[in-house]
Amino acid sequence: MKLTINGKTHEVDVSPEMPLLWVLRDELKIHGPKFGCGIAMCGACTVHLNGTPIRSCSFPVSAVQGEITTIEGLGRPDAMHAVQQAWVEHQVAQCGYCQSGQIMSAAALIANQPDPTDADIDTAMSGNLCRCGTYPRIRAAVKTAAANLRGNLEGLTEEAAEGEA
Amino acid sequence: MSAKSKLGTITRRTFLIGSVAIAGGAAFGYWKYKQPWDNPLERDLADGEAALTPFVLIDQQGVSIIAPRTEMGQGTHTTLAALVAEELEVDLNQVKVLHGPASGAYFNTAMLEEGVPFPATDNSGMANNVREFMDVPAKLLGLQATGGSSSIPDAYVKMRTAGAAARHALLHAAAGRLGIAVEELSAKDGQIVGPNGDKLSYADLAVDASKIELPEQPSLKYPANWQQLGKSLPRIDIVGKSTGTAKFGIDVDLPNMLFATIKQNPHLGSAMQSFDASKAESMPGVKKIFAVDNGVAVVATNTWYAFKAADAISFDWAEASYSASSEELFKEVAASFADEYQDSQFVDEGDVESALEASVETISAEYRAPLLAHAALEPISATALLKDGKLDVWAGNQMPTISLRDAAKVSGLEEDQVSIHSMLLGGSFGRRLEGDFITQIVKIAMAMEGTPVKMTWTREEDMTHDFYRPLAMARFTASADKDQPLAVDMQLACPSPTAGQLGRAGIPVAGPDLAIVNGAWDQPYAIPHRRVTGYRTQTTVPVSFWRSVGASQNGFFHDSMIDEIAHARGLDPMQMRIDNMAHEPSRKVLEAVAEMSDWGSALPEGHGRGVAYTLSFGVPVAEVIEVAQQDNGIKILKAYIAADVGVALDPKNIEAQLFGGLNYGLAAAMSGEITFKDGKVEQTNFHNYKSIRMNQAPEVEMKILQNGDKIRGIGEPATPPAAPALANAIFAATGQRIRELPLEKHVKFA
Repeated sequence: MKLTINGKTHEVDVSPEMPLLWVLRDELKIHGPKFGCGIAMCGACTVHLNGTPIRSCSFPVSAVQGEITTIEGLGRPDAMHAVQQAWVEHQVAQCGYCQSGQIMSAAALIANQPDPTDADIDTAMSGNLCRCGTYPRIRAAVKTAAANLRGNLEGLTEEAAEGEA
Repeated sequence: MSAKSKLGTITRRTFLIGSVAIAGGAAFGYWKYKQPWDNPLERDLADGEAALTPFVLIDQQGVSIIAPRTEMGQGTHTTLAALVAEELEVDLNQVKVLHGPASGAYFNTAMLEEGVPFPATDNSGMANNVREFMDVPAKLLGLQATGGSSSIPDAYVKMRTAGAAARHALLHAAAGRLGIAVEELSAKDGQIVGPNGDKLSYADLAVDASKIELPEQPSLKYPANWQQLGKSLPRIDIVGKSTGTAKFGIDVDLPNMLFATIKQNPHLGSAMQSFDASKAESMPGVKKIFAVDNGVAVVATNTWYAFKAADAISFDWAEASYSASSEELFKEVAASFADEYQDSQFVDEGDVESALEASVETISAEYRAPLLAHAALEPISATALLKDGKLDVWAGNQMPTISLRDAAKVSGLEEDQVSIHSMLLGGSFGRRLEGDFITQIVKIAMAMEGTPVKMTWTREEDMTHDFYRPLAMARFTASADKDQPLAVDMQLACPSPTAGQLGRAGIPVAGPDLAIVNGAWDQPYAIPHRRVTGYRTQTTVPVSFWRSVGASQNGFFHDSMIDEIAHARGLDPMQMRIDNMAHEPSRKVLEAVAEMSDWGSALPEGHGRGVAYTLSFGVPVAEVIEVAQQDNGIKILKAYIAADVGVALDPKNIEAQLFGGLNYGLAAAMSGEITFKDGKVEQTNFHNYKSIRMNQAPEVEMKILQNGDKIRGIGEPATPPAAPALANAIFAATGQRIRELPLEKHVKFA
């Protein structure tokens, strides 16, 4: 079957019920999405399907309709996404194992809610477990990333914003 | 083995870690003079070059620093490398940091110092003499291990010295090259700078420098002159861990690699008598199914195929060798409060009996804490390849030299035919001190000789085959005078995690186990009559070290007791702790959290504040937690932490360990519990072994103090006060005193 991942098309030959995670990790060697629980309880495997966060450990590959984005497709070390930049700025990661999933959940949240409240963050991020307990910095980084992205958008209409002030 | 072929070894290793190939280099060192271990880097250098230290490697591309402790999230690679970089006069972001090979040269003295039977606050000559003596067995054992919050105390002088010795050699090499006095030269930004502004790069000087005799005790920079230490540095792994490019053990990828999983007897440690894999053998992707230790390994073309096939195997498991249920296991702990099981009594001061008899009022209580899983988010995984008489093992592991020894023993190879490649760990919290998965992957590699295999455990296998934090009980009788705790008789019982862990590692341990009583006997309160007795439960399920070890349960027992004493006498629990604290840095952390939390100020109805204090690994930590009783349960609103590490090398990283340690402790305090039924662990995954999540994690304010007498490690000490601070806050808010963990057995959390 054909899969579109991070803008590239891949042909894979696996059991249709194989979870997407294991196609990514073992067949295509895309290791950013992590295996944590296998039952959609920890979020370490989070990727985007057409922009929506899904738990790839529990999503059969045959059910994939559309484009997959993994952390590798969100941004690269030399060209990071605003969420990744905020993660670096706040020094969020400790062991780092959950952070691919955290970042993918956060990126989807901000795309839908440009100015997320604490309650929005709780709702969007509570499916992602972090055993190191990096939550305070995740919260701060989500807010920074959102503000920076809003800033970029507002920058386009800076004059209008100044006019209102 | 020729020097050339050994260069090949490190080239492959560094390539796999993502580094450049070594093209001629030098390794600088100091410890060679003082210990019996060869510099492991020396074996890997090209002909005609000398290697002098295990910590600094300079090649044509620049400087690599060996940070020989396991990076499992605690930030140790960044701070260890900074110790060397500071003295070497090179910016941390210009160096490569490597785990390095498994070698006895990377022995850990500070971890053994923690094992001496003196409280960390005891600075008597005798206590310090015994601690210093630990250098000898540490070297002889050659135990390269990460644990006990020991990496920074162990490396503080050692790794700065390695950096300074290398700087010395580079300066002298440059002096020889330029024909001028060394005093006219200085080291700066990875270069030696001459009087006329001439610059020679370290890479250019490396080979010459390797011939310079090193000083035994090079002078170290005054802390006031530090450029990097003492400041918050960006973690060296932060970009990798924010972009999905960091390589964990589970991410190892080799050409033609196959994927495996393992299924072991759920009765921990008991044999697998037989299995029927007839159904599994014909399932998609399956390559081979065979017995390994007390279970069966499935090798397939994809990890998921291996998981599915493993589920289709039927087994005949031998019965459990321990009591089958949690209830029975706790009965055994209760039964061990008896003279014949006494393990230690490190403190018996004053006249406890008379003081208690003379008291107007005494309080007695019994506490308990459950078994806990480590539940690191990266499940157990390891990769190995046995080919042409050589064995390579890639794994996140906390004891590389033990891994090396075990891999050699199991494979029948010599240690120099085996390479352990230590990878980043997706958490560990003590779990990967164990060697079970190393033995397994070596046996799988032997069965699959010539083909690399990566083994991944399912979460279910990981949760049900851990080596758990011991279940434990405490009993105490205490009394208070007008404004102080007067007498305490505390008894603590649990199985010995030290005998369990070190026994499995093949390191014989004799005498009492401090882990049974740490976090209680060594708390520096001024209590005139005080006795703490440890009892060892003889048999139980497999137990081991879990972040903060004995203090993880005893901190809850001891500090809850202090809180009970305060409330029984109608005293303010914060003020009573401060007034009766015999250790100055500890009093200051209490005063700091009192101020930060505005302790004593009015709170809304249904709110409560709890304070807790523990000293573990020499670090005094005070925490205040504020909770509110809501319609949907107890809500943790805010936490305050003050800790004293003696010398704070990287404040932002220390803060990460403070709130991280708190959250790890809160997760366990709220809902962490492993139970047994029919000899099997009942919890299987994160739906029934719950952990704190974003919606429950409090906002945290922190303060780092530096009044302590020496530098301390911070990976663990913030965990123990979490449970008592939360329980004490719940008492303040609701009047309910909870003496059993997890607290969720008695209250609901919002």
